[in-house]
This record gives sequence, C-alpha cells and structure tokens, in this order.
Amino acid sequence: MASIWQYANPVKFMQTSAKVLPALSVLTAVTLIVGLVWGFFFTPDDYKQGSTVKIMFIHVPAALMAINAWLMMLVASLIWLVRRHHVSALAARAAAPIGITMTLIALFTGAIWGQPMWGTYWAWDPRLTSFLVLFLFYLGYMALWAAIENPDAAADLTSVLCMVGSVFALLSRYAVNFWNQGLHQGASVSLDKEEHVNDVFFYPLLLCMIGFVLLFVLLVLLRTRTEIRTRRLKTLMARERMT
Amino acid sequence: MELQVSDLSCARGGVPILEGVNFTVSGGEALFLRGPNGIGKTTLLRTLAGLQPPLAGSVSVPHESLAYAAHADGLKATLTVAENLKFWARIFGTKGIEHALAHFNLTELAERQAQNLSAGQKRRLGLARLLVTGRPIWALDEPTVSLDTDSVALFAQAVQAHLEGGGMALIATHIDLGFEARVLDMSPFKAKTPVYDDFDEAFL
Amino acid sequence: MIALLTRDLILAIRAGGGFGLGLAFFLIVTILVPFGVGPESAILSVIAPGILWVGALLACLLSLDRIFALDFEDGSLDLLATAPIPLEGVVAMKAAAHWVTTGLPLTLAAPVLGTLLHLPVEGYLWMLLSLAIGTPALSMIGTFGAALTVGLKRGGLLMSLLVLPLYVPTLIFGAETVKRALDGLTTATPALMLAGVTLATCALLPFAAAAAIRINLR
Repeated sequence: MASIWQYANPVKFMQTSAKVLPALSVLTAVTLIVGLVWGFFFTPDDYKQGSTVKIMFIHVPAALMAINAWLMMLVASLIWLVRRHHVSALAARAAAPIGITMTLIALFTGAIWGQPMWGTYWAWDPRLTSFLVLFLFYLGYMALWAAIENPDAAADLTSVLCMVGSVFALLSRYAVNFWNQGLHQGASVSLDKEEHVNDVFFYPLLLCMIGFVLLFVLLVLLRTRTEIRTRRLKTLMARERMT
Repeated sequence: MELQVSDLSCARGGVPILEGVNFTVSGGEALFLRGPNGIGKTTLLRTLAGLQPPLAGSVSVPHESLAYAAHADGLKATLTVAENLKFWARIFGTKGIEHALAHFNLTELAERQAQNLSAGQKRRLGLARLLVTGRPIWALDEPTVSLDTDSVALFAQAVQAHLEGGGMALIATHIDLGFEARVLDMSPFKAKTPVYDDFDEAFL
Repeated sequence: MIALLTRDLILAIRAGGGFGLGLAFFLIVTILVPFGVGPESAILSVIAPGILWVGALLACLLSLDRIFALDFEDGSLDLLATAPIPLEGVVAMKAAAHWVTTGLPLTLAAPVLGTLLHLPVEGYLWMLLSLAIGTPALSMIGTFGAALTVGLKRGGLLMSLLVLPLYVPTLIFGAETVKRALDGLTTATPALMLAGVTLATCALLPFAAAAAIRINLR
C-alpha cells in the first residue's frame, strides 16, 4: 500500500521531484508572467494611489509567502520530530532562506509603496514591525542551522527553536498590535467584502499569489534536492575519513 | 542483579561506529573495555549511562543504576572538596561523605578549595563522587588519567570494595589496575563500512 | 534541586562578578544614554521606561552564556543529566539562579537609576513591579537560548541572535506598563499580559530547554 510517507525516502524523493520539476517550472513561469503582466499593464490606476498601487502584485504575494514559509517550516519540523524523516528536516532548512527573501521583498516593496502613500519609507506600524520581527526569527533559525556540525542534532535543535519561535512570533504579533495601532490598510484579500480590493485588481492578484505559491514550492523542491546532495557528500566524506 | 547488553549499536556524530555489542556483567564483577583510540569506548559508556540513545539493541538495566565518570570531573574550582562532594550527595539523594573522603585519602584535604588541588587530587575527588552516588554500576572512562601509582592502588581498592558489596564496574582503560577482571576487546564490534554500488545510497 | 540552586548562588558569590557585572553594565548603559540624547529632562523622562527596560534586557543577556557553558566544560552537565533529578528541574533551577544573580539586582537598582533619567514619580512603583514580574521571563527565555547553544564554539553571539527576538513580547508589555502609569492610564492590561508571558515561559520553556540539552549532550 503506497503511502504519502514513501516520498520521505530520499531516493524516492529525488526520483519523483526530478520528474515533477520541469512541468512545475513551466507552470510557475506562465502563471507568474501572466499574473504580473496582467497586473502591471492591464489594470487601471487607482483613483487615490495612482500607478503605485501596482506594487501590490509583488508585495502582497511576497508577504503571504513570508508567513506561509514559516508555517511550512513548522509543519516540516514537527514531522521531523515525530517521524524522523530526514527529507522533512532538510525541506525545513531549505525553506528558511526563501522565507527570509520573501520577508525582505515584502519589507522593501512596502517601503517603496509607503513613501508616496504615507510620506515615509518606514513606520513602526504593527504589520511592518511584525515582519521585521519575523525577519529576525528567520535570521536566528538559519544561524542555528549553520552553527551546528552534527546534522541530526542541528535538525532537532532548529525544530525545537521553530516551535518555540512560532509561539513567540504569534505573541509578538499581538504585543505589537497592542503597542501601536498603525497606518497599514486592512487585509487586501479577505472574505469580508468591506475590506476587499476591487475585482479589477483581485483576479490578477490571485494569479500572482498562485504564482508565488508555485514559485515557493519549486524553490523548496530545488533547494531540498541541493540539501540532500550536500548531506550525501558529507556522509561520503565522513565514511572516507572513517576508513 | 545483572547487566546484560544485547546487540547494541551506537553512533558518534551521526555516524554508526559500534554494532552488535553483546556482553554480560553480573554482581561483584568488573569488566575492562580495551581497544584502540576512537573505537567507541566513550560512546558505549555514554550510551549505557543514558546520555545518548542507542541506534539499536537493548540494555537490561535502567540508566539510573549507572554512575558515569568521564574525563572531566565535574568539580567547581571555588568549592571546597567537602562542598563538592556534599553537593553531589544531595543531588543523588544520599547521606554522608566521610567514607568517600576516607576511601580516596582526601579527609585531610576536605576544607581545601578544588582549585588548589593537584591534577591527581582532583581526579581522586572526581572518583570519590562515585561513592556518594550510591549507584550499583560504575561506568568509568579512563579513570586513572593523571593518577600516580599510590592513587591507582587507592582507586583499585575502592573498586574492589565496591565489587565486594555486590556492585559492578565497566572500566575503559589502557593501563593495568593491579587487579584481575574480565577484558572485553571492543575491536570486533566496530561498525562495518557499508559498501555502496550507487552514489545515491550513501545517505540513509 | 535546592542543592543546585544554592550551589550556583555560592559559586556566583565566590567567583566574584556574579552579581556585580550585570549591574555595572546596567549602570553604564543608563549613564551613557543621556550623553547620547542630551540632558533635557523632558526628553529623558519620556524615554526613561524604555531605556531602563532595554538596559535591563541587555544586562541580562550579558551573563546568559555562563548558565550552562561552565557546567558543560567541567563535565558537571553530563553528571547532572545522569543524576536522579529531572533535567527540566535542573534547567528551572539554573534559570532561578540566573534571576537571583541578575534579574533581582537589576529590579532593585532600577528605581535608583530612574532618578538619573528623571523618571516621573508616578513611574517608580510600576518600574519596580514590571521588572519584578518581567525579569523571570528574561532569565527563563535566556536559559532556553543557552541550552540551544551549549557546546558551540561561538555560542555567545549566536545566542544573542536567538534570544533577542524572543524578548520582544516581554519588552513591549514591560515598557508599556510603565508608560501607561506615566500617562495616568490603567496598567492592568499590560501588567497582566506581562505576568502571563512570564508564567507561560516558566511553565513550558524548561521542557524545551531540557530537550535541547539532551540533544546537545548526545
């Protein structure tokens, strides 16, 4: 009986991901290009924000993935702690640099967007501050991975850090909300119709978000493959020294 | 009481180094672990003491019945000899440190701070700690480092007294301690390096 | 377990600097701030709660890497891990000893340093209380950070990177409590949140820290 856990076998993972990657790359490229071109060139300027609103098509998906990358790391860490699948731990490790890049993209595009809108590149607004704190969490997580020699111990310790960090990240989010009420507009995409962006923007935005999700999956797969190869190299070198 | 180790495999730094370790030690018996450096004597003792999980196999006694003594003695330089021992006695829930001091000829040094001891005296204090743990199995890693001949004799007496009381001892050592015990050569337990045809199989 | 606490306190006293260093650092930070921002008491009195909280936090951070490093080097940590007391208890006692040697003196010194920063009179009680409630969380979180990095060569710097983001909620609620007291607002909400963070960290983090130590000793 085939189970989903069979893909946790590195050999199986490498075979399957090698088959999936070409199609996934094409799909990601098409979705992103269509979404971004549509968003940048075929949507009207906002009556208030002018053409700067179009930075949304990068800013919002990047912010979304910045948070989801951490969630994915948390799930992968839990799988590692419970089931001891090495691929899971390596996928968590692979996702961190992508997550931190997404966080930086969200922060920088936000600053560029914020300058004409709020008259300042940076404000200690709850959302902005939360992303800055998230950035610090990513930094610590990656630094801990890099500092520990033994790969299993590194996977264990970063998983513990990821779990504790998640709780504290959430707590920081509420603390920051409490500390300053903020300038940032409400959620761009929400089930609540009042806050929702106009449909003209919504569909290209949705496409961009799907594109970013695909891009994230693609990059995580690629980087996990790299991590697995690095581990193999290390294992081979360790054996070399042993004999 | 009997310590039975069956088919134990241990790893160091994620690499398996020992496999199929089998031996039995019964009450009143000591076992010398011998083998070249890096064979995994320390790893075996740490695994038995519960500091690291074994890869496979079983140990018949709980970790709590072992008293582990490593290269480092766990002494605090600014505490006196008596304070160091009293601390460990309280942690292990036992009473009285006099017999431990007497056994290792430390009674006269009881009020001296550990930083003012010589290397051999420190080592004796570290070994005296074993007596206050009250645990039946001693797992000792190179216990005689920096001990002079007289101190080695003291140590041998302490171990023998422990054995006569029904205790056990596992001792990783290179030198002759001056008493007879079974010797376990670790070399046959060295983990075999698996041969890989395919590069991809090197991981897991 | 009390034996461990008393031993750590005796060691802190005998080694010298156990109590003093963090406190001296706190004093220096507080003295340096007016040199940076200028002597106007209007500005200083506004930023005083934040400066005292950030100073206390940094002073706490300074002594964290000694929590487990010394015990790791001399082999005590191995022996404690094989001792009959649970490792979670060891961690909790280590955090308690750290709090008594740094958190408590910092709390007591804060009102004195508050006068240097022209902290308004209304703020003193809550400055003292918020630090008393919040510093145990700083010690506990720091102990967790120290447990993650025990045995690493350049652990100190890495530990700051890991611990400081975790300090954010405590810092926000702590400083906010004092600020609200200065503005004449009710302090119950941030003070209770601060107490909640402290209680939750002290209840849960010993388990995470003990797990981290077990992994590191392996």
